[in-house]
Formats: sequence, structure tokens, C-alpha cells
Amino acid sequence: MITDETRPEDFKNIRNLRFDHIKGWGIDADTKNDPTYPMKSRTDEEQEGYSWDRPELQQEDVEILKSVERPNLTAVFGTTAPPQGVSGDLRRMAFKDSDSSYGRWLPLVLADRIGMFEGIADDLKKGHVPNLFNEFGLGAEWKYNKKGFILKAAVGTAVVVGLVALIASRSKKKTARL
Amino acid sequence: MIAMNYRGPYRVRADRNAPMPEIKHPEDAIVRVLRSCICGSDLHLYHGLVPDTRVGSTFGHEFIGEVVEVGSSIQNLKVGDRVMVPFNIACGRCAFCRQELYGNCHESNPEATAVGGIFGYSHTAGGYAGGQAEFVRVPYADVGPTIIPDWMDPDDAALLTDVVPTGYQAAEMGGIQTGDTVVVFGAGPIGIMAAKCAWLFGAGRVIIIDHLEYRLEFAARYAQCEAYNFKSIGDPVVFLKTQTDSLGADVCIDAVGCEAAGNFMNSLLGRWMMLQGGSTTALHWAINGVKKGGIVSIVGVYGPINALLPIGNVLNKGITIRANQASVKRLLPRLIEHVKNGVLDPKGIITHRIPLEEVAEGYHIFSSKLDNCIKPILIPHHGRSNQKQTL
Repeated sequence: MITDETRPEDFKNIRNLRFDHIKGWGIDADTKNDPTYPMKSRTDEEQEGYSWDRPELQQEDVEILKSVERPNLTAVFGTTAPPQGVSGDLRRMAFKDSDSSYGRWLPLVLADRIGMFEGIADDLKKGHVPNLFNEFGLGAEWKYNKKGFILKAAVGTAVVVGLVALIASRSKKKTARL
Repeated sequence: MIAMNYRGPYRVRADRNAPMPEIKHPEDAIVRVLRSCICGSDLHLYHGLVPDTRVGSTFGHEFIGEVVEVGSSIQNLKVGDRVMVPFNIACGRCAFCRQELYGNCHESNPEATAVGGIFGYSHTAGGYAGGQAEFVRVPYADVGPTIIPDWMDPDDAALLTDVVPTGYQAAEMGGIQTGDTVVVFGAGPIGIMAAKCAWLFGAGRVIIIDHLEYRLEFAARYAQCEAYNFKSIGDPVVFLKTQTDSLGADVCIDAVGCEAAGNFMNSLLGRWMMLQGGSTTALHWAINGVKKGGIVSIVGVYGPINALLPIGNVLNKGITIRANQASVKRLLPRLIEHVKNGVLDPKGIITHRIPLEEVAEGYHIFSSKLDNCIKPILIPHHGRSNQKQTL
């Protein structure tokens, strides 16, 4: 099976720095013809290969998911919200694919949505009932857009009432069949 | 401490028991935040459009503050220094930083290779906590943070960490020549700043296009440019051709990004179904509205996956596309001078000053375009005591 999973030793650039077998190699080279100027300073390292003394490496004290397009973690990284729960499992799976793959990004979006429900469960587990009115910033809607607030509230109520009615009528039908 | 806490799309709260940040690396500093803006690109996170935005994250990549602790290797900063912190996290020594591409650092984001580390911008940008908090960890603190000059207003300083450099670089990437006609799509804070900065490069005519009247009025006044509502000009591309001898603009700037309105298919696939890296309507108009051989400069933020684009027209018209995250550190010395000389007035775009504790309302106001909001700035408690004096 083809996989995107990589190991540090997979990353190699085997360079041939001799071009004398290619007639005319480099005769029209013009380092000033660079569309990225003046957005970057030229260092002319392209030929020999880039290298740098890496900064001291941050200790990995929480789980960090790494792109398979890199051989290693960067010298520093953020440590917020490490992967956990079902969303964490999905994220681990997503990081097996490369950054250029749908298999990488779509599961992450799904994981984000699952994480939202895990967040509510986590709040409740800690005895915190989320104040949805405040968290959606609806105080500002009431303050600056009363008409919109009332409209949204009416639509929201109608949707909830409709759903409850639909569920109630289905369960009634089920009971009647039994 | 108090910190903004993301709970899911359109849901955030001010968490009063957020853990204090710690020094994790010898080149870290801990900064007490004095000002932190909500950026238009934060709304992409807030709307759930950026993959790997985890519940519990703190956003915020435009902030200033006071250094309260430094790591063992820090040499350029000391406790008590007041600094503006560029939104890019940059090591200063990798191949890209050495080329002054500080937005493309290769030692700050292990989770994706296309983008360098950014404060508070999801795990796709490195998983760092952001500055919409009372305190924040700042990696590579000897590289990015810049001391705020005594004469500078703290609000100006906060805007120099992203919106001004991004707007300026949008114009710079346009390669504007004297007399050029420059069209900016999007009259949000970045678009307004790009329009303002286009004049600094010698533009002959600057046009800004959006669909929100209050923003267009603001842009016309602040950036002294022409402003048009795409809902009242018909096809924006045809309109631009009529304005440019049928040839197209010399330079088009996309300052909208992934949440562009104006095209149902793009909105459906990019914003609502998330099957492409955002709605590319503004970019589509930019490519089709620029002249042959013209330049399209992109600073609008898009997601990492494929997106619908008229790429055939890029080829056939010979368009040069230039794009990047702003290299804040590279641009700061010049922009500080521009503020000092009165050429730029960053704080002039701030419309809302909001206590950090009311962050949820701040996001809702900005997201829903309430109360004619252009640019909101969050001020933690200790920033409020500094509100009137310069730093």
C-alpha cells in the first residue's frame, strides 16, 4: 500500500554540482530576474543547498502531530490543546497524509466539529454549563440589531418546535404500530 | 488569567481560569498583553473554516505588551520592555528567515509546511496560544518583538503587528509603478490599508470594491480612494474594463480571502460545504479584471485545499501572481518611520475598543458587521490603565 508516512532519513537531496556536460549551462543566468524581489533578500544558497544551525530544540512535553512533509519537529512549537478523544484519533489519522491531500484536511474539519461536542461534554463533566447566549455574543446582537435578534430568535424557536413536533409524531406512530 | 477560549464555530468565551503561559524554550519570553486586535482572518477561525482549529484554543495574532519574563538565552529584551510582537513566529536563522521571508520560517510550525508559525491561528499554524489573553508565550523573542518607541501611541503599535504591514506588503507585491491603476478587492481593515499604501508607491488611481456601504464610505474617506459597491455596478470585471480603456487594471489586490461573497457556486463549495479552500470570488475578479501582463497580489487568506480559479486566464494573459504572509519584521522599520512622519495613521481605523472580558460580543460585532465596525481592539484590564498615555 502506498503511504505518505515518512521517516527522517527519507529526506535527502542528492545534488550533482557539475554541469560541464550541459552545453550553455547558466550562460543567461540573471540573479536580478527574480519576481520575489524586493520581498526577499537574495542569499544565493540555492545551488549548494540550504542549511542552518538549528536553534535549541524545545522539549516535546505534549503530543505534537507532525507533517509527513518534514523530517522532524520544528525547533519550537505550540503546546495548546493536544489531541484527545475521538477528535484526537481522527487528527492522528489525518496527519498520516500529506499537506497536499484531501485526506489530511477533511478529517481535520470533521475532528473540529466532533471536538465542539467533546468540549460541551467536558464543560458539563467539570460542572460548567456553557452560557450559550454569552458565548454566541448575542448581547451585542440585541444591543445593535434588535430586529435581526428577534428574527433569528423566531426562526430558531420555529426550527426547535418543528423538530420536537416531528420527533414526537414519529414516536407516537411507532408506539401505535407496536 | 483571562483568555479568549474558542468553543466551536461562532462560540467563544472569556475564560477566567486559563493557565498562565510558561517558558518552554530558552528563547521564549512571557508578555503581559496591553492591546490585542481581532483580525479579519480571526473570523475565518471563528467561523470554523480553518482546519485543525481545536476547542480550547486562544486566538489573537495582533498584539503588543510588556515583557514580564525571559528565557535563559534572551539577549535583546529585558523585563519591563514594551514590545510590538509580529504575528509571524520566526527563528531568524533558517534559510527563509535569512532571506527576510519571516512569514515562511521553517523552524516554527511542525504541523504544516506551507505556513510558518502564527500566534493563535490553529494547529495548522503551529498550535500556539494567541494574544487575546492577559499573558502570552512569545517564542524566538530575540527575533520578532520590537521595542515600542516612547512617542508611539499603543493603538498604532498594535496595528503595526499585522494590519499595516499586510496592507503595505499587498501594495508592495503589486509592483506598482508611477501612475498605475490599482484595484483593491475588499474594504476590510487590510484592504483599506492596502489602498492607503498603494499611493505610497505612486499609484495614479486607487479603486476599492466591496458590498458594504459603510465600509466603502470609510475607505473612501480614510484611504482617499474611489469606492464602488459590487452590488450596484453589474459585473465587476466589465465595470473595471470600462474604467481602464477596456484593458484592465495594472494591479489587482485580493484583500478578501476565503469568505468572499458575490458568487453562489463559490460560496456553496468554499464557505458552506468546505469542499474547496474558500470562496475564490475576489481572486476570480482580480485575475479577470487585471490587464494582460498585469500583477495580482494576494493577501486574503485561503484554506489549504484546492480552490476554483480561472487559471487558464492567468496563462493566457501572462499575469504575475505574487502572494505571501506579510514579513512584519522586514517592514517594521520603514512603517515606524511612516507613522512617525504622519504618512500613516493606523489607529484611525479602530472603531471599537472592547474589554477582553467581552471578547464574545467583540467577535459577534465584527463578524456580523454590527455598529459599522471596521476594526475592534481588545484591551485587558492592565492595558486599560495605559489607555490614554503613550507607552
